[in-house]
Amino acid sequence: MRHTLSVTVENEPGVLSRVSGLFTGRGFNIESLNVGPTLDPGVSVMTITTEGDEQIIEQIVKQLRKLITVIKVVDLTEMKSVLRELVMLKVNANDANRAEILRVVDIFRCKVVDVSIDELTIEATGNHEKISAIVGLLTRFGIKEISRSGMVAMKRSTQG
Amino acid sequence: MELTGAQILLECLKREGVEVLFGFPGGAVIDIYNELPNSSIKHVLVRHEQGAIHAADGFARASGKVGVCLVTSGPGATNTVTGIATAYMDSIPVVILTGQVPTPLIGNDAFQEVDIVGITRPCTKHNYLVKDIRELAHVIRQAFYLAKSGRPGPVLVDLPKDVMQVKTEFIWPEDVKMRSYNPNYKPHAGQIRKVANLIREAERPLIYAGGGVITSKGHEALTWLAQKLHIPVTATLMGLGCFPGDDPLWLGMLGMHGTYAANMAVNNADLVLAVGARFDDRVTGKVSTFAPMAKLVHIDIDPTSIQKNVSVHVPLVADCRLALEALKEEMEPTLEDYDFEGGHMSWVTKVQVWGKEHPLTYKQSETTIKPQYVVEKLYELTNGDAIIATEVGQNQMWAAQFYKFKRPNTFLSSGGLGTMGYGFPAAIGAQFACPGKMVIDVAGDGSIQMNIQEMATSVCNNLGVKIVILNNGYLGMVRQWQELFYNRNYCETCMDAQPDFVKLAEAYGATGFRITEVGDVERILKQALETPGTVIVDVRVEREENVYPMVPAGASLTDMLLV
Ligand SMILES: Cc1cc2nc3c(=O)[nH]c(=O)nc-3n(C[C@H](O)[C@H](O)[C@H](O)COP(=O)(O)OP(=O)(O)OC[C@H]3O[C@@H](n4cnc5c(N)ncnc54)[C@H](O)[C@@H]3O)c2cc1C
Ligand SMILES: Cc1ncc(C[n+]2csc(CCOP(=O)(O)OP(=O)(O)O)c2C)c(N)n1
Ligand SMILES: [Mg+2]
Repeated sequence: MRHTLSVTVENEPGVLSRVSGLFTGRGFNIESLNVGPTLDPGVSVMTITTEGDEQIIEQIVKQLRKLITVIKVVDLTEMKSVLRELVMLKVNANDANRAEILRVVDIFRCKVVDVSIDELTIEATGNHEKISAIVGLLTRFGIKEISRSGMVAMKRSTQG
Repeated sequence: MELTGAQILLECLKREGVEVLFGFPGGAVIDIYNELPNSSIKHVLVRHEQGAIHAADGFARASGKVGVCLVTSGPGATNTVTGIATAYMDSIPVVILTGQVPTPLIGNDAFQEVDIVGITRPCTKHNYLVKDIRELAHVIRQAFYLAKSGRPGPVLVDLPKDVMQVKTEFIWPEDVKMRSYNPNYKPHAGQIRKVANLIREAERPLIYAGGGVITSKGHEALTWLAQKLHIPVTATLMGLGCFPGDDPLWLGMLGMHGTYAANMAVNNADLVLAVGARFDDRVTGKVSTFAPMAKLVHIDIDPTSIQKNVSVHVPLVADCRLALEALKEEMEPTLEDYDFEGGHMSWVTKVQVWGKEHPLTYKQSETTIKPQYVVEKLYELTNGDAIIATEVGQNQMWAAQFYKFKRPNTFLSSGGLGTMGYGFPAAIGAQFACPGKMVIDVAGDGSIQMNIQEMATSVCNNLGVKIVILNNGYLGMVRQWQELFYNRNYCETCMDAQPDFVKLAEAYGATGFRITEVGDVERILKQALETPGTVIVDVRVEREENVYPMVPAGASLTDMLLV
């Protein structure tokens, strides 16, 4: 099963290699990894998506917590959270299919960010399923280039 | 007062209680060496940096304190890597201080520059590069705190030359606070009650103790529980010494070269209390058949050890000593209400019968010297009171099997990494930790040649370390596998082209003995142990003797090859 982990770390040199080294060294799998600053300049947050059975995910979480520079690990899979990824796609477009591509763009509330005679560059954000659906639908037009940000995530506010 | 980085470093080491530093100088650490004569810390000059790190490790294992080594940048630093990994695998507290090129040159492929922080990231508990002198005191404080707290381990501090040269106001950080590191020592009361109830219900309980009992000094509480509740005890290689080896409840080591009684007990127990042990594959054999009838309780300070290799019924993240003491407190008031002795009688008897059916044994010979016999004699001659370091291979297993360890911190052996060349420098470190004790390295002829250069260190410090080489002229443990599993294809394991170990001892200014006759073993060993200073005893043992019992790798613990 896919899990999304939110990992709060000390913002210091080497912290990324400590985390990525843990995954390669122990044979865990990283699907995407995203790092960014927080309001506290001393702290960064990494969002890691990974796959594995319960026992492996438990080890990954524990091993991450064991790293001295890791402050907090939360498995967002277990709680209500918002997951978003940004993807940019350069798609082949001609007069015959441009309208259809734009319909897909419309339906998924994507944005066209660049246009040329034979290409459209599309920006989309969404959760994993939505991004997969968009990529799936656009594949038949011919995707020339794709760039994905990896997942960022946040726990939802508790209600009431 | 303003101090240089080198002065601050040495002042911090002193305040951390460091008495001995094992090291080897070079350009990047020359500023530290320049200050050393002004410090009260004793420096031991080794002959190879691997010797320094193993000596620091041996010092730590024998004393329970943090061992420290100091080496230069580049090759000095890389020479310690094997020893760092050795300490890491066995959770030993050491601090490694490495010199580094000046900060402006870092990343430029400067002379003797190596990214030692990058290299050792996966084999240290944590590591640091100190780029700013204002961080130095904090980092040193954190390094010692990390090394010895929680699950101990090696911590490396990389010290650029310019940071050692500049000056700053020295402020000693009174305490160490780290928001991201808070090991949990205290056992959960509810879990303790659960364990106590499992013990009360169990008919065939077994304690499986590991290195964590030694680290936490939990041996006394463990011994109390075992003896009062009549629970047989087995231990891993790393746990040897946590329970008296001459107690009737002692089953010997478990695992690949464990005793028949210990492995049978694991297989038949209905409750296994794993205390400070990590279910290593050398211990469990085939995991799916490990302790098939037992409820498993696992006490360990490191959450990652729990549920890693086997799934346990009652996990308990805590310090072993505190957990065992809490258990004792829980059990003591109701001790009278339960008849543990009667209740466990048939189980204890059964286990002891296994011990009698297949004890640790060997076929004594009139003509050749059996290595096991040599270890037995060492045990007798030292009354079981020596500190025994070992190399790796058959010599290590025979030492573990035939020396009955009575006290913790008396068996020093590279378990997790299995580093040949560990034993002798570790013995040197142990001798510095315990100057009054007899320290013996039980060695193999192959392993001893991996750090033999430390003879000079031992001799010039007038150390009384005794090296007893169980000389079979083979890389014996590998040869044993070739014999049993590779059709006797002894490819590259015959080491009969050897130095003359007696002359070698003499060349270093030490004393050498050779034993070739069974009848001489006791007499010459005694003489060797009584000889002051560093001694090598070259014992020519039966060349193709094997270590038994043996559970082939990946087989179930009950599939033992016996003598
Ligand atoms: C040739 C060879 C053959 C070997 N054969 C065998 C064999 O037959 N049998 C055998 O047992 N071993 C054998 N070994 C050793 C084996 O490889 C492992 O090193 C050993 O079994 C591990 O011991 P341990 O489980 O006690 O763990 P250790 O490595 O000692 O780990 C200690 C555990 O305790 C925990 N801990 C540390 N401090 C505390 C604390 N304060 N409180 C609570 N928990 C703590 C740690 O988190 C860790 O999980 C062999 C090694 C070699 C080289
Ligand atoms: C540094 C290192 N290299 C290789 C090995 C693999 N190895 C394990 S035991 C062994 C044989 C050791 O020979 P010796 O020291 O003579 O001990 P014996 O088994 O003969 O007692 C070898 C080569 C190792 N453990 N460590
Ligand atoms: Mg040998």
